[in-house]
Amino acid sequence: MTTETPVIASALLINEVGLHARPAVKLTQLAKSFRAAVELALGPEGPWVDAKSPVRIMRVKAPKGAVLHFRASGGDADAAIGALVDLVGRGFDEAAGEGAGRA
Amino acid sequence: MTRKPQVNVGVVIVSHSSKVAEGAADMVRQMVGEAVPLAFTGGNADGGLGTDVAAILAAIDRAWTPAGVVILVDLGGAETNSEMAVEMLDEARRGRVSVCNAPIVEGAVIAATEASGGSPLEMVKRMAEELSPQ
Repeated sequence: MTTETPVIASALLINEVGLHARPAVKLTQLAKSFRAAVELALGPEGPWVDAKSPVRIMRVKAPKGAVLHFRASGGDADAAIGALVDLVGRGFDEAAGEGAGRA
Repeated sequence: MTRKPQVNVGVVIVSHSSKVAEGAADMVRQMVGEAVPLAFTGGNADGGLGTDVAAILAAIDRAWTPAGVVILVDLGGAETNSEMAVEMLDEARRGRVSVCNAPIVEGAVIAATEASGGSPLEMVKRMAEELSPQ
């Protein structure tokens, strides 16, 4: 059965730099690895931007503490949403990155 | 079902300065990773500021993939020399190399990000050019 209802989830941005260049690249690369159409917004009502577009995701400029809303539709939408929420929840694996002097 | 191994578009960075070219390439490698063939060139044949058609041709060779190559340039001469290099390629390759109208550093990172997802040449170019005000 094909459902028209998109899969929706949200995640809190916990990494210090927010959704800056490096996290934005990771996010779009991950989104691109799924067939589903994936979108991102800073609020549940949108405006929604294509999560596979590195240019548009960088323009979102979400700071630490923002809530990222994801919406996906298509075959592997569930897996896409799960992976993206996980990436945000892990702080984009940036803990050991630059500027992270404190434990 | 067997999937063809993904061939990603390559990225070439052409700056008047070898340091700018190398720095931009460092940013691409650190931010985007190793999934995209990448080459850079900067400076003229004497080691000064400038660009060199032969060096650009060699960079295109290093970054070459059957999916094609996008070139990111800085100022005027980098663009005209890159276009000259493209014209010197054999016909089969010529149609698969595109000079992007985008800022060199940001364009290289964005183009490589787009290319790393397996996007075709036109889409990689379009994404980099989306950076510039329309």
